[in-house]
Amino acid sequence: MKVGELASALGLEVLTGNVNLDRTIQSGYTSDLLSDVIANIEEDAVWITIQRHINILGVAKLKDIAAILIPNNLQLDQEVIDKARAESIAILRGRNTAFELSGLLYNALKEV
Amino acid sequence: MAVDTFQFTPKINLEFAIREKDFFVAGESASRVKKTLQQLGMQQEIIKRVAVIIYEAAMNVAIHASHGMLRVFISPEAITIETDDAGGGIPDVDLAMKEGYSTATHEIREMGFGAGMGLPNIRQCADELKIDSKVGVGTLLQATVYFTNR
Repeated sequence: MKVGELASALGLEVLTGNVNLDRTIQSGYTSDLLSDVIANIEEDAVWITIQRHINILGVAKLKDIAAILIPNNLQLDQEVIDKARAESIAILRGRNTAFELSGLLYNALKEV
Repeated sequence: MAVDTFQFTPKINLEFAIREKDFFVAGESASRVKKTLQQLGMQQEIIKRVAVIIYEAAMNVAIHASHGMLRVFISPEAITIETDDAGGGIPDVDLAMKEGYSTATHEIREMGFGAGMGLPNIRQCADELKIDSKVGVGTLLQATVYFTNR
């Protein structure tokens, strides 16, 4: 499943335009601790987190994350969105909680 | 802190200056080294381990020290990551190595740092880890990953 397909399937908002929508997703990971993500996230994963500061982009880049998914319709600084676009990192946003989004993502990936 | 001499002659060196709270540069340095190693055609598994070590070591400097240097030495046999910082130092290295132990401030923790996983992550990824710290002076960390299988 591609990032763009996931966004339409789950009704997610795409904050970073066309960036990375063709990336294939292999897995997902839900965590707000950066060290945990650095140690355990797989490549081509969607990372669900409520962290929204600029340093999440460093983690995303280093771990070659397919997309960052922000739950609860939380707001992001424009600076972070602009930087994500410049670094070719997709940021998606959903209305659901991290728990619900994790379940939805899990099922979406299982169906493929 | 004084820099130890290495047992091998380094072939490629990379160097980054890290300032206090400069998390972005710390993260960027790990990405840049990762890219260099990919260009050198290094094994994916080695690159992953080195990237984690650099990220965590650089973050430690950004979080806990006033400033420091991150250096990466690449030889035919191994890659050594070194952070050499000026700062408060680590009073009890064994305690700092314990998973979940952290002296990071509330503000830092709220950002998702300071989970007490940095040094344990480094230890897990490195074949050799040396930490030399003096309270009130700074910390020298050296982590080595060998290219042969563990």
